[in-house]
Amino acid sequence: MAAKTKPRRKPFPTHILVFLAPAVIIYTLFMIYPLIDSLRFSLYTTNPGGQIVFNGLGNYVRLLTEETFAPRFWGALRNNVVFFCIHMLVQNPIGLLLAALLSSRFVRGRAVYRTLIFTPTVLSVVLVGFIWRLILSPLWGIAGDFLRIFGIKNQPWLGLTSTALPVLSLVSVWQYVGIPMMLFLAALISIPDDLIEAARVDGATGWGVFWRIRFALILPTVGIVGVLTFVGNFNAFDLVYTTQSALASPDFATDLLGTLFYRTFFGFQLQLGNPTMGATVAGVMFLIILTGVLIYLIGWQRRILAMEIQL
Amino acid sequence: MVGIHAVLVGYTVLALFPVVLIVINSFKSRQAIFASPYIPPTASTFDLVGYRTVLDRASFPHYFLNSTVVTVGALLLIFIAGTMAAFALAEYRFRGNALLGLYLALGIMIPIRLGTVSILRLVVALGLTNTLTALILVYTAMGLPLAVFVLSQFMRQIPNELKDAARVDGASEYRIYWMVLPLIRPALGTVLVFNMLPIWNDLWFPLILAPSEETKTVTLGAQTFLGQFVTDWNAVLSSLALAAIPVIILYILFSRQLIRGLTAGAIK
Repeated sequence: MAAKTKPRRKPFPTHILVFLAPAVIIYTLFMIYPLIDSLRFSLYTTNPGGQIVFNGLGNYVRLLTEETFAPRFWGALRNNVVFFCIHMLVQNPIGLLLAALLSSRFVRGRAVYRTLIFTPTVLSVVLVGFIWRLILSPLWGIAGDFLRIFGIKNQPWLGLTSTALPVLSLVSVWQYVGIPMMLFLAALISIPDDLIEAARVDGATGWGVFWRIRFALILPTVGIVGVLTFVGNFNAFDLVYTTQSALASPDFATDLLGTLFYRTFFGFQLQLGNPTMGATVAGVMFLIILTGVLIYLIGWQRRILAMEIQL
Repeated sequence: MVGIHAVLVGYTVLALFPVVLIVINSFKSRQAIFASPYIPPTASTFDLVGYRTVLDRASFPHYFLNSTVVTVGALLLIFIAGTMAAFALAEYRFRGNALLGLYLALGIMIPIRLGTVSILRLVVALGLTNTLTALILVYTAMGLPLAVFVLSQFMRQIPNELKDAARVDGASEYRIYWMVLPLIRPALGTVLVFNMLPIWNDLWFPLILAPSEETKTVTLGAQTFLGQFVTDWNAVLSSLALAAIPVIILYILFSRQLIRGLTAGAIK
């Protein structure tokens, strides 16, 4: 990283190296190198003799097809998709709604609402998981009292294979709604008022103003929120581990790629840990996330760029 | 307008009610928790038995200490390494500047957890298992990409006249760096606060790299404690309250910074 210099005129700019070194070293050593090494490791396996040998894409094939791994893998993948959809369909629209309400100058106490509504996001997932486990517990009956108002009978929501995942997804939504809310809010309030005024003068009414003007102008943020939700969801682990243990009870109904990764790598109860297969799970997660990010960077960004050029 | 407030109040209640419920019930006797969960503890139902169990059976003060050391340590390292790198990227034109910036920014989108298999092998090889040092280094690596990205943007905005004048006066580049730091204080504050909560609240790395009793963080400690005492409602409620309150205090202290940080990111 030397600057283009003629050795005669300027001394070697060591200070640049000194400034860059700590960050680059720590980052490379603890983030980039492990990621690459983990991917490399996923191409190896332990042969019956106990040695670690190269296996090409064999691990990946095993993960996707072999009976000991495949059902759990596809199950976890399916659950991640459900998890993601619930976040996209519930969390982000609610975040947008709250942001829209809080972006109006005529609402008093906006800052207070904002701070209070954001509170769940700052709590640790362990706390959130447990708090909701208690609230949803049939023993305590808090959820039951509330649902009775709507005429819904209380169930052990987190214990039924059919409801555990959706309910857990909603708990996650409850916790993280604050983030899209904040991002949308920032984008909405940065829209210059004259644009809105001009639209009103041209006869646009409430809904029209919102969808055609404000929403259209914050499309870049919609994209960012989408990508962040995607990356965050495919990385999710803590909530399931806390409330349902690494076995993603009931009966793997809440198993996500994150818990699958943890279980495969470390083993759990009946299953022995398998580092190379664990690395493989991580490899698949990496590919999924990379695909999503690339789609965003190339697809969405290009669209936005084209729109901006049109404007 | 009433409608708007109704929705906002409604959602605020939804957001806060679970936490409030836990805290008020943590101070009640067991029967009262089940009999009358929604009212605050009265003179007859007030009971600290939950707290006593927690403080007896789990060394929460020790966990707090660990969490603090790890969080402060990582923030300090992010501050030092991040500002230096951001300064170099913003200030000096050299071949590979843009490429290096891109390289460092990659980490923003890639979750560090994916490399855990190798992070663990590395930590074992370095003899750093069950140390707070391992956690500090990993969290620093986690926080550096965004920190460098944001800070270098801010540093680019600082007018050159200030720095050039100092150079003319014979100041070394290190002095210039030192001089620039106070000028980016708002951005710095935001970056640090933004990293503080994910580090404090993280469960994954303490679980995998430093699960020993010596090095447990509050989050991991709460997790194992809750797992053990699952049927002891008083203890569970008290430990949740104990774990939640410092975070909430930190949040109240730093909420403005935190919110500013999030909103600043969106505008880009």
